Amino acid sequence: MDAGLLVYWWPAIPVPGDVMKKVQFQSRWVPYMLLLPQLAIVTIFFLWPAAEAVQSSFYLEDPFGFGSTFVGFENFTDMLTSSDYGRVARFTGVFTTLVTFLSLGIALLLAVKADKVLRGSSTYKTLLMWVYAVAPPVAGLIGVLLFDQHVGPLVDFFAMFGWKMQIGVNYFDTSFAMVSTAVWKQIPVNFIFFLSGLQGISKSVQEAASIDCRSGMRRFWTVTFPLLAPTGFFLLIINITYAFFDTFGIIDVIVKNEPGNNPVTLVYKVYLDGFRGNDLGGSSAQSVILMAMVFILTIIQFRLIERRVHYT
Amino acid sequence: MAYRKTVASLVAAAALLGTSSASYAATDISWWHAMGGRLGEVVVDIANGYNDSQSACQITPVFKGTYEETLTAGIAAFRAGEQPNILQVFDAGAATIIGAKGAVIPAQDILENAGVEFNIEDYIDGVRYFYADTDGKMIGMPFNSSTPILYYNVDALEKAGVEAPKTWEEFAEIAPKLKEAGYVPLAQSHLPWIFTENFKSRHNLQFATNNNGYDSAKDTTLVFGEPIKNHFTAVKGWLDDGLFGYYGTGWGDNQTPFNEGKVAMWLGSSGSFGGISKTVDFPFSATYLPYWDAVDGAGTGTFIGGAALFSMSGKPDAENKCVASFFQYLTSPEVQYMWHKETGYVPITNAAYDLAKKDGHYDRAPAAEIGIKQLTLPGGEWTKGYRMGFYVQIRDVMNREYGKLMSGETTVEDAFKTIEADGNKLLGRFSKTIGN
Repeated sequence: MDAGLLVYWWPAIPVPGDVMKKVQFQSRWVPYMLLLPQLAIVTIFFLWPAAEAVQSSFYLEDPFGFGSTFVGFENFTDMLTSSDYGRVARFTGVFTTLVTFLSLGIALLLAVKADKVLRGSSTYKTLLMWVYAVAPPVAGLIGVLLFDQHVGPLVDFFAMFGWKMQIGVNYFDTSFAMVSTAVWKQIPVNFIFFLSGLQGISKSVQEAASIDCRSGMRRFWTVTFPLLAPTGFFLLIINITYAFFDTFGIIDVIVKNEPGNNPVTLVYKVYLDGFRGNDLGGSSAQSVILMAMVFILTIIQFRLIERRVHYT
Repeated sequence: MAYRKTVASLVAAAALLGTSSASYAATDISWWHAMGGRLGEVVVDIANGYNDSQSACQITPVFKGTYEETLTAGIAAFRAGEQPNILQVFDAGAATIIGAKGAVIPAQDILENAGVEFNIEDYIDGVRYFYADTDGKMIGMPFNSSTPILYYNVDALEKAGVEAPKTWEEFAEIAPKLKEAGYVPLAQSHLPWIFTENFKSRHNLQFATNNNGYDSAKDTTLVFGEPIKNHFTAVKGWLDDGLFGYYGTGWGDNQTPFNEGKVAMWLGSSGSFGGISKTVDFPFSATYLPYWDAVDGAGTGTFIGGAALFSMSGKPDAENKCVASFFQYLTSPEVQYMWHKETGYVPITNAAYDLAKKDGHYDRAPAAEIGIKQLTLPGGEWTKGYRMGFYVQIRDVMNREYGKLMSGETTVEDAFKTIEADGNKLLGRFSKTIGN
């Protein structure tokens, strides 16, 4: 049913055009045969569940499958008119924006600095990368331990500055813990890509730039940053998808299976209503709304943003 | 060559052995439950005890996660035709499984069909009708049943020179003294269960139309009157004055400060008894859930929380007979007493309660009796329970609004308005899922 949501597009890393060579297949069926596994996966794991979700979004169904009532768009109107849905949607927007920009920004800063390190650079890099190996629920668990209202060291730390954090009670504090944990978890991925992107910039370009301009800051913004744009665009998409979908584990662990007055994302709400509350119709309607949102987001990304990215 | 022959004959022998033993094997039944940790160990003990007690049936308990996860797993399995024989479903999920006509065989029917004598009067008051249908027929077999009670730190109360409160009026009087003695006077672990559902029962107040929802799912709506609003106004006042601690929706987050000796009194489950006695290093005791003396007719018993065992339909007769024989074993006084003693959940039959008394269990641990005594307090029109669908979400709505109230984002009046609006919408939606 809702599994379709968990499938998202992983854009291929852009390959410079001149590398590709025109190849002709002997038989006209071979390309289709080669595509078949991919198409089968998309159909079974995305198209079919998506169609099921669309269908059940128009019904209110007894979870055991004994009865159902066709309700038209009622599931959608119920959802969109509830005070809570708006709040969850707003939080999702803010959360996604913060997680994406903070994890990209901090990772870029770290990558630029690490790129300049000459001695012991592999130690630094390893230290910055290891978090990548931590699974999201484990990251959430570490976050919960650090931010625990009774024993969390970070809570004690912030208390020294007069901030009495109460995760699970205060909406802002809980959001803060979620964003920090999600950003912390994502920085290494971005760091790895940015670092390899930086190392791909040829020395001659950099040397030419340093002859022309003394300001390191200006050199970065006018030369390095545009050259990193393809990597940046790729990471932007990856990070938005991450903040939208992959933070599920972190949120689940932080709210401890009890949403209460805690911030949750749209994806987590689909799970809450569908798998915790057995409201299949309502949950499917939310999935359909999410699918539409992801669809629009993808179009925006590729139509508007990618045009501004120049591949060398 | 000889080696190959040996292998072949071994394989053949094994295959023969397999078929022959299968034809004489006991009937296998499965039991999906949500009892983790220590509780899960006791569940395995019960299953082993049953398997050893007879040879016709073999029960296998399977741990499926939280209550919600277990119900969802059961539903998914049912739709795929792979349902277990017995599914443990919690209080908030009762309407979902009972509302789905045909998903379960009533516990009463399964026992009577197998020729086991069944008398609903054998079960203690607060347990009897919670999982029953409109006509009073028992659908789910009550399993782990608990009720909210007040635990207190004996040292803390002595230090402040006060007695445990019977009523909320008394609490308001003693709380400042506990605060002076350096404690947070009170915390609780489940606002919907303790301060809403059982608040209604303790004060004999209507919780929902249609006989608290038992009569029909159609047009059932929530009922919130002045008493509960006044209660939350008082609670919020206590919170602001430092007389009440709120640590979020999580159960453990609210229990921890009591276990650590920071909170003097804690409202939790009678089933928490075993856990607390193993954790805390101070003397503790328990008493009834307080009530407001000012509310007319208050002081009635509470009803249970916890979960029941449902016998899933679509299984062969032989397996259903085994389920009946397991239920019979489970409700025997000895097994119930063992369960009660090991976990703190209340014994569900009068016979088991008598056995516990006779054995001197309550002389050794008087606090262990509070839960069952509270359940057997005189009842009233509104003390047998409630039956509402999508109740998991309704509890989530309550937790959300109460959470907002505690952090000052909303007022008591607005919180209850939202709970009623969102809750009634969910009830309306649920009644459509079962075709009303």
